[in-house]
Amino acid sequence: MATRFRKPLSLARREALAGYAFIVPWLIGFLVFTVGPMLASLYYSFTDFNIIDPPRWVGLDNYIRVFSGIPEYLMTGDPRQLGDPLFWKSLQVTLYFAALALPLNLLFSFILAVLLNQKVPGVNIWRTIFFLPSIIAGVAVALLWVRILNPKIGILNVFLQDVVGIARPPGWLQDPNWAVPALVIMSLWGVGGSMIIYLAGLQGISTELYDAAKVDGANAWHRFWAVTLPMMTPVLFYNLVLGTIGTFQYFTEVYVATSGTGDPQRATLFYNLYLYQNAFRYFDMGYASTMAWILFVIVLTLTALIFRSSDAWVFYEGQLRGK
Amino acid sequence: MKRIPGFFAWLFGSVQGHALFFKGITTLLLAAGAVIIMIPLAFMISTSLKDPAQLRTDNNTLIPRKPQTVTIEGESYNLYQVAVDGVTREWAMIKKAPGGMAFFADPARPTEQVQLKLSEQTALFRLDIHWENYAEAVTAMPFLKYLGNTLLVTFVGMAGMLFSSSLVAYGFSRFRARWLNVFFLVLLSTIMLPSQVRLIPLYVFFQNLGWVDSLLPLIVPQFFANAYDVFLLRQFFMSIPLELDDAARIDGANPLQVLLHIILPQARPALVSVGIFHFLYAWNDFYEPLIFLHSRENWTLAVGLQTFDAIYTINTHLVMAVSVLMIVPPILLFFLSQRIFTQGVVISGVKG
Repeated sequence: MATRFRKPLSLARREALAGYAFIVPWLIGFLVFTVGPMLASLYYSFTDFNIIDPPRWVGLDNYIRVFSGIPEYLMTGDPRQLGDPLFWKSLQVTLYFAALALPLNLLFSFILAVLLNQKVPGVNIWRTIFFLPSIIAGVAVALLWVRILNPKIGILNVFLQDVVGIARPPGWLQDPNWAVPALVIMSLWGVGGSMIIYLAGLQGISTELYDAAKVDGANAWHRFWAVTLPMMTPVLFYNLVLGTIGTFQYFTEVYVATSGTGDPQRATLFYNLYLYQNAFRYFDMGYASTMAWILFVIVLTLTALIFRSSDAWVFYEGQLRGK
Repeated sequence: MKRIPGFFAWLFGSVQGHALFFKGITTLLLAAGAVIIMIPLAFMISTSLKDPAQLRTDNNTLIPRKPQTVTIEGESYNLYQVAVDGVTREWAMIKKAPGGMAFFADPARPTEQVQLKLSEQTALFRLDIHWENYAEAVTAMPFLKYLGNTLLVTFVGMAGMLFSSSLVAYGFSRFRARWLNVFFLVLLSTIMLPSQVRLIPLYVFFQNLGWVDSLLPLIVPQFFANAYDVFLLRQFFMSIPLELDDAARIDGANPLQVLLHIILPQARPALVSVGIFHFLYAWNDFYEPLIFLHSRENWTLAVGLQTFDAIYTINTHLVMAVSVLMIVPPILLFFLSQRIFTQGVVISGVKG
């Protein structure tokens, strides 16, 4: 037995080892910066942890704080019955923003992409102009919009008063009813980001399809419904998934616009902002970890839901439906 | 085959006329949209160049300007364009009078005053651009310090990301092994992972290392490959013909040499595009610097600008000046690399 030669590594085995060697940086990063922290935050979510003292196991307390009081709330309609009314408020704010911003973004960016896909003079200049705002996102843009949306001296309200003739335009970021719509307007400025993706999708549609439709006598309107829209659904779908997940991560704009408070009257207390406040203002790291895991489950569920429902309406090229 | 004329063809009598009509409408819509899109940017630039006094007056137009004045006997008066006896003249407004009236006079003969309705006369303005706002803004905050920190985070992070992500993308695109496919699926799934779910333990971890309130938590993780960039690079590497690898292998090159001498030179457009995306991300990022950097001298521009606004918010012209400085590098980069840039968006967007 002992005298048996060790077989030289086979070619396949050497190839495998080299492959593993090259992905080592990611493997280490994945374990240290993803798997480890995820497990730790799952553990923290069952503890009371203020970062100075070691975490103290409290079982399901954090989760009970989130989910308790729902039946009482449904009976009485009094949000004070909820274990943490602000958690639900933040969920409501986030979903309200998503319900306004995502369809509007989809509509505007898709229309823009269709327009920019025509052979019009100066098309490259138009594309550049519409795309520009999406690359300068962040603090500077939020500070700019806070000034544009200023109820008294901002140019939007000056325009609404002097040109449109609205006597008392909204208070935007200072009015609890208008703060989220104001942030939606701010986000629509960056519509060029998804526009450019739709544009690429439109340009990827083979002209043969349009030619075939023309031969069949389809007019521009028919061609749009029968060729453009079905061919674009994968891209629309992709943007919808990313947009929904993005809303739950929405942070910089609202932090800058409200100095991290989520005011007025918590009308802009987005989920991610409330999570940040719990973790780094109140140092309630255990509860913040619970929120992070609930967020994780929400994002996972949304992604799965959208992927499942996609079968019904997403059309992939080359996918033939035998009837 | 006879074409059935559509409504527009019927209206314009010909198919060409109808196409032209549509082009006209499209161009008009695009021009209107472009104006709306550019107004905020124009507002930012013009505000950054204004005299703060103009920001507080009714004269707060888009163009930085101030009233034209004339000095008569040591006193300064605003100039107006007035119509007297059907002739338009440039006269000084000497003083206001009750009932929306005012006294006007030719600056050459200030004593011969005429009373006219103020609202019917046009005030004269001249361009008033204050470049010194920029100098004032960058000295009112430690701008260079913030800029240095931002450049450090951006470019060291970019180097780390490019180095590690190309190694990993190479591993995932050129080798066959049972677990590689599984690992690649795991990597793809982490793209969707919300960062909050690992943020708090990472904070604790970096605090135990003594790295909180330094630039290290923003830089070091970049050296361990980023799932999104690995994915983009791998897609590109897959499109490079395998024959090139084989030729190099026959010449005795080892896998690392193949990566360095064959793959990376071929993949330059992809590396540039991933690098640009990283620049934009790191330059604009606010969330992580806000969490990990505490003391003033460690801040990046994003955090510095937000805090500057919190203190200097009434000095809108200064805040906008720093904002302009902050958006100039991304815009410059965009114009310098427009073609590669849009291709990158297309690869990441459509193939995703």
